[in-house]
Amino acid sequence: MADPAAVQTQAFNLWYGTFQALYDVDITVAAGRITSLIGPSGCGKSTLLRSINRITERLGYVRTTGSIEVYGHPIIGPAVSLVQVRKQIGMVFQRPNPLPLSIRENVLFGWKLHNEGPKATRAQEDEIVEQALRTVLLWDETKDRLAHTATGLSLEQQQKLCIARLLPVKPRLLLMDEPCSALDPKGTEAVEELIWTLRGAYTILLVTHNMAQARRASDDCAFMLMGRLVEHRSTNELFVAPEDPRTGDYIEGRYG
Amino acid sequence: MAPTPPDDHASDRRNLDWYVDRGMRWIVTVGGVSAIVFIIGIFAFVTREGFPFLFDGFEAGEFFGSPAWRPTSEPNPTYGALALIAGTASVTGLAVLSAVPFSLGAAIYIAEFATGRTREVLKVLVELLAAIPSVVWGFIGLSMMNPLIIAIFDVPVGLNVLNAGLILGLMAAPIMTTIAEDALKAVPDAYREAGEAMGATRWQVTMRVVLPAAKNGLMAAVLLGVGRGFGETMAVLMASGHSINLPTSPFDSVRALTATIAAELGETAVGSEHYQALFTLGMLLFAVTFSINLAADLFVRGVRRG
Repeated sequence: MADPAAVQTQAFNLWYGTFQALYDVDITVAAGRITSLIGPSGCGKSTLLRSINRITERLGYVRTTGSIEVYGHPIIGPAVSLVQVRKQIGMVFQRPNPLPLSIRENVLFGWKLHNEGPKATRAQEDEIVEQALRTVLLWDETKDRLAHTATGLSLEQQQKLCIARLLPVKPRLLLMDEPCSALDPKGTEAVEELIWTLRGAYTILLVTHNMAQARRASDDCAFMLMGRLVEHRSTNELFVAPEDPRTGDYIEGRYG
Repeated sequence: MAPTPPDDHASDRRNLDWYVDRGMRWIVTVGGVSAIVFIIGIFAFVTREGFPFLFDGFEAGEFFGSPAWRPTSEPNPTYGALALIAGTASVTGLAVLSAVPFSLGAAIYIAEFATGRTREVLKVLVELLAAIPSVVWGFIGLSMMNPLIIAIFDVPVGLNVLNAGLILGLMAAPIMTTIAEDALKAVPDAYREAGEAMGATRWQVTMRVVLPAAKNGLMAAVLLGVGRGFGETMAVLMASGHSINLPTSPFDSVRALTATIAAELGETAVGSEHYQALFTLGMLLFAVTFSINLAADLFVRGVRRG
C-alpha cells in the first residue's frame, strides 16, 4: 500500500448555522510537503484548515457532512478522540497567541498535557525546551530568559514560539492559518524560512492571503473560491499555467 | 509635514449642539468631582466627630488590646475594641472561607462552561441574590439558621460566628461571583483557542491557562467580598448574637464593629465620650475598608499592565 496521504477529505461540507461555507471539498494533501491554500477572503480556506483539527467546533453552531482522514485515520466520528486528533495536528494561528506563561512553560504546555509516562525530570524538560527552540531558530535569542513571560517577545519571536510549542508532542501535520499576516516583512521572511526548514519532517498546510508567499514557500498549491476547491496542483504549474480560468484571473489579480 | 490640528473652540459655531455639549460636559464634570467631594467630606465628618476622643480618652493599648467594651460603666468606662475587632474578623473570615469556593465555582461555570440561556439566567439570578436586603438575610439567620445550628450541633445558642459567617458568606458570594466572572471574561479568547488547539480539555484550559491569567482579578473579587463583609451591619447584628466575646470556637457569640455602632449610637449623647468612641470605631472601619478597596483596585490594575 502506498504511503497514505497526509490529509484526505471527501465530499466535505460545512455550515455555520444556516450559512454553508464549504461545498463538497475533495482534497488530498501529500505527506511531507508544504501545501498552500489560496483564495480571496471568505472563500473558505481558513474554514477548511480549521476543520482539520476540528477547532471550528468551538463555535458550537457548526455542522459538517463528509469525511476527513489524516494519515489514513478518520478524525470525525464517535470513536475518535478529539484530544488525540489535536495532539497529532498542530495549529498555528494568524495572530501569535502564546499563552501568558513563561517561554519555557509555553514550550512544555502541550507536552505536559499529553505526557502519559512518568513525570519528566527538570533535565529532561530542559532538553525538550532546548530542542524545540533550536528547531525554530529561537534558542539563541531566548536561552537566557526562558523564565520570562512569552507575551514580552516580539511578534516574530512569539510566532516562532507558537510553532515551537507544537513540536514536543511530535505532530505529523502542522496547520498554519496566515502565520505571517501579523508580522513585518523581516518577521515574515524569518518565519517563512523556518517553515521551509520544517519541510519534510512535517506535512505543512498553509493558508495564505499572499500569493507571492504561496509561490515562494510551497510545493503544492490549492485555489479555493466561494467554498469550493477549484484547482490543486504543484505550485509551479498552478502559477505558470493554471487550468481553470478563475484561478488565472485570481493569480493575475483580477479579483480578491 | 503634519497638519496643524484644528482648534476645536475657535472653529465651532455656537449652535444648539455647542450649548448642549458644553452643558453636558459641565454636568458630568460636577458628577465626577462630587464623588471626590463626598468621600473627603464623609472622612472629614467621621474624623471630626471622633477626633477629640483620640486625644483625650483614647489609649491605643486599651483600644486595640483590651476586650472590655464598657462605655456605660460608671464611673470608669473602658473602651477596649479588641473583642469587636475579633468579632468582625472572625465573622468575615468565616464568610470568606465559605463564599470563595462557591463564588469561584459559580464564576468558572458561568464564564467558561455555561452557554446561551443557562448563562443568561444564571447571571440574572446571581445579581438578584445581591439585591436581597440585608435585614432579610438577618431574618434568615435569626429564624432559620439559629434553630438549625442548635439542632445539628447541639449547642445552647445558634446566634454565633458560624451563623453570621455563613449568612455573610451568602451575601458576599454574589459580588465575588460577578467580579470573578468579569475577571475570567477579560481573559482573551485566543488563549483558550490556543490551549484547545493543542488538545487541552476545557477544564485543563481553565486550570492551566484561564485561572492563572485572571488571578489578579480573582484576588480583587475576593478582596471586595471581604470589604463587603467588613461593612455589613444589619445581618451581622441579627445573626451574631451581639455579645462581647473573644471567640474561641465558631459557636461563640460575638459582636461586630459595625453592629456596635448601629446599636449604640442612637442611645448616646451627641459629643459625649461614648459618642466619640463610636466614631473612632467608624474611623477604624473606614480605614480598613478603604485599604481593602484600594488593594483590590491595585490588583485589577496589575491585570491591565501585565
